Amino acid sequence: MQTIADDILIASIAKGDRSAMATLFARYRVPVYRFLLRMVRNEATAEELNGDVFLEVWRHAATFEGRSAVSTWIFSIARFKALSALQRRREEELDEGEAGTIEDKADDPEIALAKKDKAAVLRQCLEKLSAEHREIVNLVYYQHKSVEQIAGIIGIPVATVKTRMFYARKKLSDLLRKQGIDRGWP
Amino acid sequence: MNGEKKAASSREPSEVELLLPWHAAGALGSREAQAVEAALANDPELALRYEWVREELAQETLIGDTLGEPPAHDVEALFARIDALPPRRAASNTIAARFAELFASLSPRALAWSAMAAAVVIVLQATVIAGILLNANNGVGYQTASEPTNITDQGSDVLLRFKPQASADQIADFLASNKLSIVGGPFAGGLYRVRVAPTKLAKADLSRVIDRLQNDQIVGFIAAAE
Repeated sequence: MQTIADDILIASIAKGDRSAMATLFARYRVPVYRFLLRMVRNEATAEELNGDVFLEVWRHAATFEGRSAVSTWIFSIARFKALSALQRRREEELDEGEAGTIEDKADDPEIALAKKDKAAVLRQCLEKLSAEHREIVNLVYYQHKSVEQIAGIIGIPVATVKTRMFYARKKLSDLLRKQGIDRGWP
Repeated sequence: MNGEKKAASSREPSEVELLLPWHAAGALGSREAQAVEAALANDPELALRYEWVREELAQETLIGDTLGEPPAHDVEALFARIDALPPRRAASNTIAARFAELFASLSPRALAWSAMAAAVVIVLQATVIAGILLNANNGVGYQTASEPTNITDQGSDVLLRFKPQASADQIADFLASNKLSIVGGPFAGGLYRVRVAPTKLAKADLSRVIDRLQNDQIVGFIAAAE
C-alpha cells in the first residue's frame, strides 16, 4: 500500500480535507500522545493536549511552509503544549527539582528486589529525570529523531542538542550512582 | 582510582561520544554512523559505554511502549472540535493574505506603530528617489529643508523571525506581554523589525533584552537591528 507523504497530507488539510486529517492523525496520534504523556505524566492531560495539537495542525496547516519536516512541526507544537501545561501546574508537578519530596521507597521489599535488577533501576532513574531531560531522552531513544530534527523541535542549536543529551545522561549516571550503580561515565 | 574515575567523568566528551545515543537509535547519517562504528571498533572503553547507551535505549523504549494509547474515540472527539470551529476562510498562501492575518492579530498600538513605520518608509523612499534624480541633474534643482528621517533614531529595534509553527495568537501574546511592536517587515526570510524600547538602549541593555526574548518558544531568530 502506498503511503501518502506528510507534506501532501498537510497541503490537503490546508484545503479542508478531513480524510487527510484523519490519515495524519492516525499516523501520529500514538507517538505524539506518548511523547506528551512522558512529558506531563498525566493521562487525562496528555489526551487533552493530543487533541489540542491536532486541532492546531488543522487550524494552521495553511501556514506550514515546509521549512522543516511535518513530524518536526507536529512535535514542536506538542512540546509547546506540554511545556505550557507543565507551567500551568508547576506548583503541583512532581519533578526533579522536587525529588526530595518523592516518597522514599528504599525500604520497600519490592524496590529492594528491583535494585538487584539493573534494568528496573535504570527505568526508575529515567523516570526521575527532569522534564527537559525526559524530553530529549524520549526524542532520541523512543522517537528516534535525528540531532537536526530535535534542534527543530526544541528550537535550539544542533551543538546544544548534543550537549543537552550528554547532560541528561550524566544526570542519569548520578541518579544510578545514588542507587548503588556506578558506571563511571559520563 | 577514585581520582581517575572523577577525572574521567569530568572530562569533555568527544564528538563521537556525543553521537552514541543517536547511533543506537539509528538516527545518524551514513557518514557519521561509519565514524562511530570505526571508533567503537578501535576503542574498547567506548564500546563498553555504548553498551550503557543501548541499555538506556532499551529501557526508554520499554517505558514508552507501556504508556498505552490514547482512547479509541479520540478521532471523533477531534472532529467534533474541528466542527465546532468557525467556518474556515479560503486558505491563501499569498504574502498579502499572511500580512493581513498578522496585522489582524496585532494590538491597536502595534498597528499604529506599523502604520507610522510604513509612512516613514514611504517618505524615505521618496527622499532617496528624489535624491537620485537630483544627483542625476548634477545637484541642480529643488531641495527640501527637512531633516532626513531615520526610524532607528527613535528607539531600539531588533530583527526577529518567528518560528513557522508560531500561531497568530502566540505572536500577539508575545508582543503584548513583552511590550513590543512591529515597526517593519516582513522582509526577506520572514524577518520583522520589532521595537523593543521607545528610546535608544545601551548596547549591553539591548543584548540583555535580546537574550531574554531569544528564550521565547516562538522566536526563531533575533538580532539587533542596525
